[in-house]
Amino acid sequence: MDNLNALMDGFAAILTPGNLLIALIGVTIGTAVGVLPGLGTAMAVALLLPITYGMEPTQAFIMFGGIFYGGMYGGSTTSILLNTPGQSSSVVTVLEGFKMAKNGRGGQALATAAIGSFVAGTIATLALVFVTPITVQFAITLGAPDYFAIMALALIATASVLGASRVRGFASLLVGLVIGTIGIDAVTGQQRLTYGVAELASGVDVIIVAVGVFAVGEALWTAARIKSGAGEIIPVGKVWMGRQDWQRSWGPWLRGSALGFPFGAVPAGGAELPTFLSYITERRLSKHQHEFGHGAIEGVAGPEAANNASAAGTMVPMLALGLPVNATAAVMLAAFQSYGIQPGPLLFEKQSALVWTLIASLFVGNVMLLVLNLPLIPVWVKLLRIPKPYLYAGILFFASMGAYAVNAQPFDLFLLLTLGLVGLAMRRFGLPVLPLIVGLILGPMAERQARMSLQLSGGDLSGLVGGPVSWTIYAIIAVIALWPLGRMLVRRATRDRARAAA
Amino acid sequence: MTAPDETPPPETAAAAATAVQEPATEPAPKRDLAQLWVCGFLTLLGVLVIVDASRLGGFTASNDPIGPKPVPIILGILLFAVAACYTLDTLRGGRGEADHRDGDAAFDWRTLGLLCAVFIANALLIDWLGWVVSGALLFWGAAIVLGSRRYLTTLAAAVALGLATFYGFAIGLGVGLPAGVLQGIL
Repeated sequence: MDNLNALMDGFAAILTPGNLLIALIGVTIGTAVGVLPGLGTAMAVALLLPITYGMEPTQAFIMFGGIFYGGMYGGSTTSILLNTPGQSSSVVTVLEGFKMAKNGRGGQALATAAIGSFVAGTIATLALVFVTPITVQFAITLGAPDYFAIMALALIATASVLGASRVRGFASLLVGLVIGTIGIDAVTGQQRLTYGVAELASGVDVIIVAVGVFAVGEALWTAARIKSGAGEIIPVGKVWMGRQDWQRSWGPWLRGSALGFPFGAVPAGGAELPTFLSYITERRLSKHQHEFGHGAIEGVAGPEAANNASAAGTMVPMLALGLPVNATAAVMLAAFQSYGIQPGPLLFEKQSALVWTLIASLFVGNVMLLVLNLPLIPVWVKLLRIPKPYLYAGILFFASMGAYAVNAQPFDLFLLLTLGLVGLAMRRFGLPVLPLIVGLILGPMAERQARMSLQLSGGDLSGLVGGPVSWTIYAIIAVIALWPLGRMLVRRATRDRARAAA
Repeated sequence: MTAPDETPPPETAAAAATAVQEPATEPAPKRDLAQLWVCGFLTLLGVLVIVDASRLGGFTASNDPIGPKPVPIILGILLFAVAACYTLDTLRGGRGEADHRDGDAAFDWRTLGLLCAVFIANALLIDWLGWVVSGALLFWGAAIVLGSRRYLTTLAAAVALGLATFYGFAIGLGVGLPAGVLQGIL
């Protein structure tokens, strides 16, 4: 019951006119940026982060809650109307959503996505209230070696499980780890990889990397192919749902939420897998199987709910362990750090009021979005009509403003452009961006935990293996590492058998 | 630099992004050899990391038995390993999940270069001219480079954006943006 009391205190903190206004601004600009084509939730949060620099932490996090959910709502609109998913977790929504829009049912698709996101967001945020403190209880018992093992798992899993190509995932991860190493070593005070550049001594700010790789990279990537023409925008029609739409949507919403949350809550679970699983489940369970592939409403309702629930789930490891498992959580973690707050088990003791206000603001933002979005969808759609030159000039403008505002030094703008070119190359060569961001944030944390473990063992490598938790995690890592090898052996064996039989 | 090079040597990888121009006439080449630039970049990064790490004093203390050196060395070795695997994968015809939202359009180097120039101009001018002027120039220049032909409307939008962000964020929300030459006027 302590949690509920704390949550009530959180609501009390947010329900002041000033804070509600901040939440409203957060959801509005979050949705506006999320709607813009090519911009995902992570990019919305990264681009909008600098505007909170002048605020108190509490206000800043109320705004983040709004931007976070607003960005996700906005993303689904773009997927359905433009056939361009802003992030990989929206890919499944596009399958049925775009078809529905083409059949003149765009309004229904947007409505089921919006209401489904609300339902999933509410359920998953409630689950967050109860699961996070349990995770914290567990996390307090962990020592430095266990933390190192968990971080190693998160790093290896993001690089190898998500995405199609392991070698590209690891390439991206290593670039992130190298960027994370730049700067003064926290223990010995020695400069690493700065090559005499004074501005690099304090390290490369995560916000600059995120804005550079996501936003500037996207703008340059579009600029490089500007002549390839714009996607067509389909008129929405009226945003409402008939009786039958409700009947066909509520099941997928609930199942999607149930699938999404646990995947979000484990390291490297991500949102891609649950949205895909939800799609398959709904397809199998539906009474209207023939409609799948031609615009079935279940195929929008389920995956959208799964996407939102998993996003709320990612807050569990982020708050309880300080582990970001997707790009949005990574950027939010950076935001915490810029206020000198370190997420992890101690966060709930030291900054209890702040955390519960953040969680309360997720609920409030969710309600606001439902009220705001259903009537305003036609207005958001107008944003899709911004001409490409203005859109991408605007992205560069806001990206530069944000990057400069971090340290007020022009050097960061050159860094931003360099990272934008890295982002461009990664898009061109099909390298996943997430491992880079996660590596950048988790790398230094993992190094610190490893050095702490070795300090306890006096430099003996056995210090890296702690209790049963780290053994279990190393076993999981071994399975992930050996998985493709095993599959190759099985394939070879079956081929040999087939050859022998022939 | 921007001329298409059929067999790019991976050594000069600092310019990795410049080798991506594919001959547009060829129908979907089997092997995407431009990826070798990425392998070269990873190798170069590995060299930089190891050279820097070898420069670090190997001193350790009782509270830090391993020191700052091992992590970069491990990273460097892993970079070499991944670069090697990547090269192998490329030669065997491997490809990444390319973003084919708009199909395989040709790479437009001119637009890209001009956009970078506009961006660098902002970085050079921001402290002197202040955010309102340099930011407006950035927006205006970028929009023109990206194909906007309504010069005056775009300029009006750029100035409006510059002023709005300065008053809204720098003065309203306390974000640190420079006033530059307009100090005292704004």
